[in-house]
Amino acid sequence: MKHEIVEKNIGLMIVLIVVAISFGGLTQIIPLFWQNQTTQPVEGLEPLGPLALEGRDIYIREGCHVCHTQMVRPLRAETERYGHYSVAGEHVYEHPFLWGSKRTGPDLARVGGRYSDDWQRAHLYNPRDVVPESNMPAFPWLFENTLTGKDTAAKMTALRTVGVPYTDEDIANAAAPFAGGEVKEIDALVVYLQQLGTLLTQKR
Amino acid sequence: MSTFWSIWIIAFTAITIVGCTWLLLANRKVEVSDDTKEGEAQKTGHVYDGIEEYDNPLPGWWFKMFLGTVIFGVVYLVLYPGLGNFGGVLGWTQVGQWEEEVAEAEAKYTPLYEQYSETPVEELIANPEAMKMSRRLFNNNCAVCHGSDGRGSYGFPNLADSDWLYGGSAEDIKTTLVNGRQGAMPALGGALGEEGVDKVAEYVFKISGREHDADKAEAGGQLFATYCVACHGADGTGNKMLGAPNLTDGIWLYGGSPTLVRHTIRNGRNGNMPAQADKLKAEKIHLLTAYVYSLSKNQ
Repeated sequence: MKHEIVEKNIGLMIVLIVVAISFGGLTQIIPLFWQNQTTQPVEGLEPLGPLALEGRDIYIREGCHVCHTQMVRPLRAETERYGHYSVAGEHVYEHPFLWGSKRTGPDLARVGGRYSDDWQRAHLYNPRDVVPESNMPAFPWLFENTLTGKDTAAKMTALRTVGVPYTDEDIANAAAPFAGGEVKEIDALVVYLQQLGTLLTQKR
Repeated sequence: MSTFWSIWIIAFTAITIVGCTWLLLANRKVEVSDDTKEGEAQKTGHVYDGIEEYDNPLPGWWFKMFLGTVIFGVVYLVLYPGLGNFGGVLGWTQVGQWEEEVAEAEAKYTPLYEQYSETPVEELIANPEAMKMSRRLFNNNCAVCHGSDGRGSYGFPNLADSDWLYGGSAEDIKTTLVNGRQGAMPALGGALGEEGVDKVAEYVFKISGREHDADKAEAGGQLFATYCVACHGADGTGNKMLGAPNLTDGIWLYGGSPTLVRHTIRNGRNGNMPAQADKLKAEKIHLLTAYVYSLSKNQ
């Protein structure tokens, strides 16, 4: 094909450019949508319950993922510190995933069960109360704000449309844990944190 | 990966590499116009608005570097995984490399930990090498709650004193580490009412030898006998089987101020020590046991 033809037909040039740059995605991204490794949940993976789901949204709202990753890479230095490396099957129900890309704080992919609920609460209220050298911000308002759960069912329905297997029963009971009006944001966030990465264990 | 996707990936990768190479070579030579004058660089004959284009080839270093990346790409795809199901002739995998690194480290470090596994904790605390190692383990795994000096803080037990919720023998400490502990002080606010809470608090102050209101304490004593003795014992000295703290020793895990003691009675406390059995290897737990044991012995 002559240069001139491409250079003088901007429409054709656009098409050719799109074809050229789509090759990367076609080879590296598209096949992943059909791989068992990336689409099948690991054994025991359940969709998040109402509290954990709300906790996850608070995690996103407060920007936790900006400073904390949720991705233990298969490197000894990381598995020695955090535990089993992360696998894709652990994240198939996450929309969007919260792998993150920057570690100002430690990775949280396996933080579930590592500290007590009390520790998590004390730490989120003021990190320096338990880790004097910490530069993490404090989140005292999480202890003030109450969750109503009025959107929880809608969130579950939305997640179901993208493939998270919530049952009708799950959605019908979504608001139940919030009924007493005493669930604070911190409660939901701690429930979310305490279930992170507990399916794969490895002794260090 | 299914054969289809494998072929899909191989095909697109091959097209990309071949296409790039073709594009590079095909554009290396251009037609040269023949009206070039003596001593002037050759022209391509392209004219835009009266401006003529010289035939300046791609710089040699750039051209060679491009070819170099193509060759690097092909060699890489032969050696390492990249082409669909073809794993590369080196047989390298990400997990394989990790397993190798771990195996190498295990071979090096495990004996260092295991050499102390057979030594009883009571003897181990006299071994400075072992104590140095266990201190590092403690700082990495325990200090975040119990403090780098093991003295705990509000809600997190002090390990460096002689007051133990669940017992301070080497065996007890190891059980605590392996299985964790779940404190279960129920909330009594509902059962006692605000007045009852106040009375029980005064009684608790009485048995711990603090200033108290004698009338309230007496009434509180009766309530204590009903609600508290099952765990804390008739004399309030606690029960290590249940992790019920001794209320008479002046040590207050959740604060000893009247407000905090009342809060504890009213709302209960559920301190939790996470189990380490699934997290740490037995030989490391053994060393940690020794370290925690040593903290209270070095008083």
